[in-house]
Amino acid sequence: MPSSVMPTPREAGGHTSSAAVSTTGLRKSYGDKTVLDGVDLHIPAGSVFALLGPNGAGKTTVVKILSTLISADGGQARVAGHDIAAAPDAVRAAIGVTGQFSAVDGLITGEENMLLMADLHHLPRSEGRRVASELLERFDLVAAAKKPASTYSGGMKRRLDIAMTLVGDPRIIFLDEPTTGLDPRSRHNMWQIIRELVTGGVTVFLTTQYLEEADQLADRIAVLNDGRIAAEGTAEELKRLIPGGHVRLRFSDPAAYRNACLALREVTRDDEALALQIPSDGSQRELRSLLDGLDAAGIEADELTVHTPDLDDVFFALTGGGDKAGRSNTSNPSNPSNQTKETSR
Amino acid sequence: MSSLALAVRDSSTMLRRNLLHARRYPSLTLNLLLTPIMLLLLFVYVFGDVMSAGMGGGADRSAYIAYLVPGLLLMTVGSTTIGTAVSVSNDMTEGIIARFRTMAIHRGSVLVGHVVGSVLQSVVSVVLVGGVGVAIGFRSVDATALEWLAAFGLLTMFALALTWIAVGMGMVSPNAEAASNNAMPLIFLPLISSAFVPVDAMPGWFRPVAEYQPFTPAIETLRGLLLGTEIGVNGWLALGWCLALTLLGYFWSKSVFDRDPK
Repeated sequence: MPSSVMPTPREAGGHTSSAAVSTTGLRKSYGDKTVLDGVDLHIPAGSVFALLGPNGAGKTTVVKILSTLISADGGQARVAGHDIAAAPDAVRAAIGVTGQFSAVDGLITGEENMLLMADLHHLPRSEGRRVASELLERFDLVAAAKKPASTYSGGMKRRLDIAMTLVGDPRIIFLDEPTTGLDPRSRHNMWQIIRELVTGGVTVFLTTQYLEEADQLADRIAVLNDGRIAAEGTAEELKRLIPGGHVRLRFSDPAAYRNACLALREVTRDDEALALQIPSDGSQRELRSLLDGLDAAGIEADELTVHTPDLDDVFFALTGGGDKAGRSNTSNPSNPSNQTKETSR
Repeated sequence: MSSLALAVRDSSTMLRRNLLHARRYPSLTLNLLLTPIMLLLLFVYVFGDVMSAGMGGGADRSAYIAYLVPGLLLMTVGSTTIGTAVSVSNDMTEGIIARFRTMAIHRGSVLVGHVVGSVLQSVVSVVLVGGVGVAIGFRSVDATALEWLAAFGLLTMFALALTWIAVGMGMVSPNAEAASNNAMPLIFLPLISSAFVPVDAMPGWFRPVAEYQPFTPAIETLRGLLLGTEIGVNGWLALGWCLALTLLGYFWSKSVFDRDPK
């Protein structure tokens, strides 16, 4: 099923249909604590895959196992066609890893970090220098190249980190929470960098806690919860699973609130806060029909907010428990949006 | 590339990295050098007369300098390797080590780089402390070129042995403070060896403590090589200690490094 929507890598030759990463029943526990409880993944070569999950879901553990940093307790995994347990060095030769915590040598300069990587990839000296200076240029680090990496800002360290990862021309790149802790500008820079990586035909495996990030970057997304894959699919497929999208109207006048409750029938009422929730996907069309309806009834809300599904919604929805999902599910009929529209007309 | 060539190439890359660290941040090495130099000056110029009188046989201060310098050269090695434990411990907490572990490089090169770098630092430190010794009057009476070479070899082997032990200590220490504490025996052991006074001059119950440890036979051997005193069985004991500590430190460090990181 997934192969039909897989983007075709331009230079992958005969490997188009092979999986860059595949795992079956991956397990890992630390003492009594089970971190991974049977993780199955299949990631086609040349695609961007996002592993989405909250803190402590086991995302980093998956990356550590697949990048041969730690060993799994059970299950199998193949990365770039090699078994991670039987041929770790073959896996290592094909991958690049940028971990959650900066993997740069803070005591030496950015340029020296790059040359260190070139040496460890056994590039000839002149080629090493060329690759290092190209990447420093590409990641906007030329001005800081001669300064110790410990003096870099968070965004610069992350850029240097990725630049170092790219020295060996890896076919598969693991990015563990590449934007966590970055300011908005650096985050958007990082997204741009990741998009550029993909156009070069590499496979990107990224972990994130942000649905938006997965949505922006990934071809396919898997949601990791409690050491298991709770759901897997494209961003659109996942969003359809999430009932959390709604418009919230807040009133200060109780009379206006009551009028609104009468005018809009398919709503969730919060009488104490004088607020209403109307299920909605947040699209322009739905908003306009809602606003038209309010205008027609002569109702003016004090505050209107549009809530799109966030990671909380994904999780509460997928794990079938919790307050938030409970609340937003209470009065949602099976096909709420059409009925809301009809009500407002 | 054959695996040996790979090992050599990656280890020399790691060595360059460690030497770069040492050159960029020399304060740790210099601080550790101060201890043996201070002790040398203290024992010669402050305690020197008492110590030489206590040695008996009409020894004067210059005789005590001759007695003291070989012990302090080996103490310099112990002191330098505390720096090794600290820098290994610091390094292991850095993300860059995780990166090295996910690269197709020779697995042991990270540790070998530390060890070779640290042995080179030990040698430089020994030469500096030896220079101070010569400046205050230390002279080797009759050492031949071969004996000088053997003395140099002994110091290097001793540095290698203690460095591997220090690497292990650094690997199991969660932070730099713990590493520095764990490595204390490396500078404490020479204080209770024959570095400052002959074992015969110590109380009877204490002699085994001074005798059955690596510093005393190594110091006695170095004295024999540089000053022509009796070496006897100490030469073999020193070699044995060096070999045993090197193997112990190597396998210990390797097994800790091969464990899954936290």
